[in-house]
Amino acid sequence: MDTQLALWEVFVQSKPGQPYKHAGSVHASDKQMALQNARDVYTRRGEASGLWVVRAADIAASDLADSDMFFEPANDKIYRHPTFYEIPAGAKNI
Amino acid sequence: MPTTTSAPDDFFTAKIKRGDNIEPRDPMPEEYRRHLIRQISQHAHSEIIGMQPEGNWITRAPSLRAKMILLAKIQDEGGHGLYLYSAAETLGVGREEMIEQLQTGKARYSSVFNYPALTWADIGAIGWLVDGAAIVNQVMLQRTSYGPYARAMVRICKEESFHQRQGYEIMAKMAAGTPEQRDMAQDALNRWWAPALMMFGPPDAESLHSKKAFLWKIKRESNDALRQKFIDKTVQQAEVIGLKIPDPELRLNAETGHYETSPLNWEEFHRVIDGYGPCNRQRLEHHRRVHEEGAWVREAAAAYAGKFN
Amino acid sequence: MTKQDALFQYCLRLGDDALILGHRLAELCSRGPFLEEDLAQTNIALDLTGRAQLYFQYAADLEGRGQTADGLVYRRPERQIYNHLLCEQPNTDFAYVIARQLLFSAFDRFLLEDLCTSKDERLVEIAAKALKETRYHLAHASDWVYRLGLGTGESHRRMQQALNDLWPYTGELFEIDDVGLHLLEAGIAADLHTIRALWTPEIRQMLQKAGFEQPADDYMHTGGLKGIHSEHLGHMLSEMQYLVRAYPEATW
Repeated sequence: MDTQLALWEVFVQSKPGQPYKHAGSVHASDKQMALQNARDVYTRRGEASGLWVVRAADIAASDLADSDMFFEPANDKIYRHPTFYEIPAGAKNI
Repeated sequence: MPTTTSAPDDFFTAKIKRGDNIEPRDPMPEEYRRHLIRQISQHAHSEIIGMQPEGNWITRAPSLRAKMILLAKIQDEGGHGLYLYSAAETLGVGREEMIEQLQTGKARYSSVFNYPALTWADIGAIGWLVDGAAIVNQVMLQRTSYGPYARAMVRICKEESFHQRQGYEIMAKMAAGTPEQRDMAQDALNRWWAPALMMFGPPDAESLHSKKAFLWKIKRESNDALRQKFIDKTVQQAEVIGLKIPDPELRLNAETGHYETSPLNWEEFHRVIDGYGPCNRQRLEHHRRVHEEGAWVREAAAAYAGKFN
Repeated sequence: MTKQDALFQYCLRLGDDALILGHRLAELCSRGPFLEEDLAQTNIALDLTGRAQLYFQYAADLEGRGQTADGLVYRRPERQIYNHLLCEQPNTDFAYVIARQLLFSAFDRFLLEDLCTSKDERLVEIAAKALKETRYHLAHASDWVYRLGLGTGESHRRMQQALNDLWPYTGELFEIDDVGLHLLEAGIAADLHTIRALWTPEIRQMLQKAGFEQPADDYMHTGGLKGIHSEHLGHMLSEMQYLVRAYPEATW
């Protein structure tokens, strides 16, 4: 079987201070190669100030079947949002 | 790993109906998944094989600027092939497998890349017409229902905006150049016009995969509608630079506001798709040779990683 | 020889190395061992071609007479091209590509570092930009040297072969003639004696760490500074210059 090397997911930071966003994936055999490949594939137009690469096999992702128990319990906790509260008319925001 | 069972069909149908993207881990009908793998990998292969006709002119580009632009453009095509392979990989198919399907003829690529790039003007014509046609198609695909495919298309469309322009610039320069350059430009337009129009696929009436693709919102506009969009824009661009569209029956329908063209030679299209175009054999041979010559490099990298990581 | 003449010649040499190696790498487009590496090689080709343009633009400005960078690239005959012979050696296989890149980039890095302190402002400007690129080229090539050296038996054998075959082209990198001497005295050109003293142990250590035998230092090819090349160069130029020479009246 031919090898196209391992799959790595690529995260790009577009400017210093910005969060890293998933950009896509590359194939590579090792970390250095994964970083260099990510640089050549996803930052050709000077759109980056930082790069993360992580082996796709090492990512743990939430399961769709668990969505109910994972995410729904947070939906009714509306008191976590500022709009839940009534502020007397005329009071200024901090 | 993507879910391939079609059990919660309702979830899928509801999402499609709402216009939400389907994501890799969502349940999806097996047929949807297969359709996507076929379409995305074919799209990826087209980008990769498409590097060859233009690559044929890199070493002969007539200025440093032209050489750098062409290199950057072909590199983008490689990058776009890569984004698309990535999108297909989220559906559970490996790049190895897709490459094998291409090399054994199980997977197709756009028939247009089986035509030869004969003169420098062909580099202009390919950028102007082939990339122009691709953009019309790809703009639509930014709204396709499968998330990773749609996101790849957004990135591709953003990057490709210069491709069509650089081709048109070459054509404009040559059309305004010496008589020989002008002839070359017209000749290239003559040869690439019909193959470019065929890139949108067979007429809607004959289109094999369209029905389901519409239902699933993979495809959002018909082959003929997209083709017409391209024709209307391109005819106007040809006029501006003084080149003649090679179609004696071309005329503007004042009522519809659209250009009407001669029927295309779909026999030729099917023949070329089936492997009998001017460059089919050489395109695949090039791909196979490079792949085989690279095997020891990939093996070395994998072996090194096995020892030291 | 005036300083201006020497500097013109020096820019041509620097430009020709970048032009010719960039051209060789451009030939690899769509021929990489896998897609990512294909894109990587093209990036290096683009860096080098862009840099060639800067050197030639400077040379054209020095010459005056309305010369252009493209004029220098597309209308100079074989005997007036001055790249080091290493740069024109063909892409025999991926090992040759990496070996050539390693030997040249390691040299180029020291050269550019030196030029960053040149008394010629414009060279400093070009070198500062080019140095960042070259450091990356060197990192990319040296990572591969280890992968190929310690990867498989086949990769080791191929890379050793490439190193042995290309080694005889490395002596020329450090040749100095009147042009170099003149500009060295003027504080403009890089000091190749010093560079050789840095380059030699760096390469030796790297090859050793990657498990390679040091190629023998016997016969060394020469000629680039005088425009005497291997037979490869003529073929590269005949492709590169074909359109411009076939249609001398045309602009593209």
